[in-house]
Amino acid sequence: MILNRRQILLLLPAAAVAWDFVLAGTPEEAPNYKMTDHWWGMLLDITKCIGCGSCVRACAMENDVPDGYFRTWVERYHVEDWHIENPIVDSPNGGKDGFPPSGETGGKNFFVPKLCNHCTDSPCTQVCPVGATYHTPDGVVLVDYNYCLGCRYCIQACPYGCRFFHPDRHTAEKCTLCYHRITKGLTTACCEACPTGARQLADLKNPEDPIHAFLKTHSVQVLKPHLATGAKMFYNGLDGSVR
Amino acid sequence: MEGFMYPNEVELQWSVLIVLYPFLTGLVAGAFILASLERVFRVEAVKPTYRLALLTALAFLIVAPLPLQLHLGHPERSLEMYLTPHRASAMAMFGFVYLWYLMAVLILEIWLDYRRDIVLLAQSSTGLKRQLYRLMTLGSYNISPGALRVDDRVGWIITLIGIPSAFLLHGYVGFIFGSIKANPWWSTPLMPVVFLFSAMVSGIALVLLMYMITSVIRRTTIDMNCLDAIAKYLFYTFVIDFTLEMLDLIHRIYESDESFRSLDFMVHTRLFLSQIVLQIFLGTLAPLVLLALTQFVGFSAQGRKRIYALAATLTMIGIFAMRWNVVIGGQLFSKSFLGYTTYKMAFVTKEGLLPAIFLLILPFVILYVLIKLLPPWHAGNAATVQTDGID
Repeated sequence: MILNRRQILLLLPAAAVAWDFVLAGTPEEAPNYKMTDHWWGMLLDITKCIGCGSCVRACAMENDVPDGYFRTWVERYHVEDWHIENPIVDSPNGGKDGFPPSGETGGKNFFVPKLCNHCTDSPCTQVCPVGATYHTPDGVVLVDYNYCLGCRYCIQACPYGCRFFHPDRHTAEKCTLCYHRITKGLTTACCEACPTGARQLADLKNPEDPIHAFLKTHSVQVLKPHLATGAKMFYNGLDGSVR
Repeated sequence: MEGFMYPNEVELQWSVLIVLYPFLTGLVAGAFILASLERVFRVEAVKPTYRLALLTALAFLIVAPLPLQLHLGHPERSLEMYLTPHRASAMAMFGFVYLWYLMAVLILEIWLDYRRDIVLLAQSSTGLKRQLYRLMTLGSYNISPGALRVDDRVGWIITLIGIPSAFLLHGYVGFIFGSIKANPWWSTPLMPVVFLFSAMVSGIALVLLMYMITSVIRRTTIDMNCLDAIAKYLFYTFVIDFTLEMLDLIHRIYESDESFRSLDFMVHTRLFLSQIVLQIFLGTLAPLVLLALTQFVGFSAQGRKRIYALAATLTMIGIFAMRWNVVIGGQLFSKSFLGYTTYKMAFVTKEGLLPAIFLLILPFVILYVLIKLLPPWHAGNAATVQTDGID
């Protein structure tokens, strides 16, 4: 078939749209990074978290997180004596500005940093009707903003409340584990900003990663283990009251 | 906000438009199943509503995806659900189930049933109307008894396929909610079954009301045999629906798992009006008692009409409240089970009350047009053929 100039002109926009689809989902370039060599997670040490909120601020700046929404946040727990089923929890502005002095006396207080658990069997990716949210081969759950319909089913499906609807982009939004940084050999913004080392990025596939020694010698837990999401955020010193 | 919510949970994601979606699809499935009774199970008593039920189902089915479309952050990308569906997603199947039901079942069945009328109308009308009817014949003008017999046979087979399809359409909507393990208010295997039976209840109630209203407008006498039969079906399906809902409730109360205290508090505070008052008492128990009375007490025809109309109206309110309680209720509590938020419904926004009201009126406008175009008051092909004793 021979195409004339008019037909080619008509086909060009369609080809442009098709090419856009081909390119969608292509990760940012990182020439020396091999995805299959990594399996990312994080260690969160509750015994070290001081609730300063540096991680929340760093995340918001690094990722341009809109005000009032959180890719990561910090919760403050207060548990009276044996009442672990009735903790008093607060997280003013996601802990971004730190925490005012607690009015609670007695019992125990501690901080719990939260972020996307980058679950291996993630309920959010399962429900996405178009596969706009997906697992990378290195174990990170991402959202393709150019593909997401904005149906918000994934937000409903996340048991941890980690997702939100971006007010300007009108798509689902969440922690990317600073994918643009970790694929270039850097750590995440939250881990970098943490003054006490309460958050440590972990490459579970790297035998040299200090997480392996830590896991051998500590009792760690994931959030909501009964939901079997394969969460990869490992908490040290996690109290039974934490939801 | 009360207690502790995860910070991203404060904002509700699914609005009143998503309440409309299961409500509208429920009406479609219910109306269709009622129509199928006549066709497949040969329930002669409900025949006067057969075509009306089909047109009602079509009018509501056309509107059903609109609230979803309006709700999407990127409506222009909605076709991606057809082009690149994610097979693990319950939602991805919506488009296919919808198209299957619309094109392969409902439109085909209506067309086959009306084919004789369309051909006759194409021959008797003039002007633009004639062109429209000619288009609707799809070029097939053969209305010989033999051809009509084939239509009837094929229509019967399509209805047979249509019943499980209607079950699929609405059971599947229930699965969208029931399969979310993160949300204990939704996550129950009973959800698709409860949705299905409540769909049948609402669809039957709607057809009953439509039949009464159109009879009043047309100043024709209401066939009491037909009305009694529909009311009886409404009563039976409602009993099953109520039993299932109570089973779910009793199971939750008895198990009292980690989410129970949180949900119980929500039902007794934020959902009290919509759940206890509107859904259970006014929208379920009241119509059940009314319908039960008509089964046991010998009311006059006029009395029965009034009771049926009241019971059906209350049923519609109850089922709408049920959809509201599922969709909105499921988002009012924190997944930490430590706090509650509120739903502030906007009015003139994309997802506000005004578009919701518009979307509730639109099916009736479409139904009016459909009735004008394809008057459902005469017996269809099927009836003609059956009276000929051929089948």
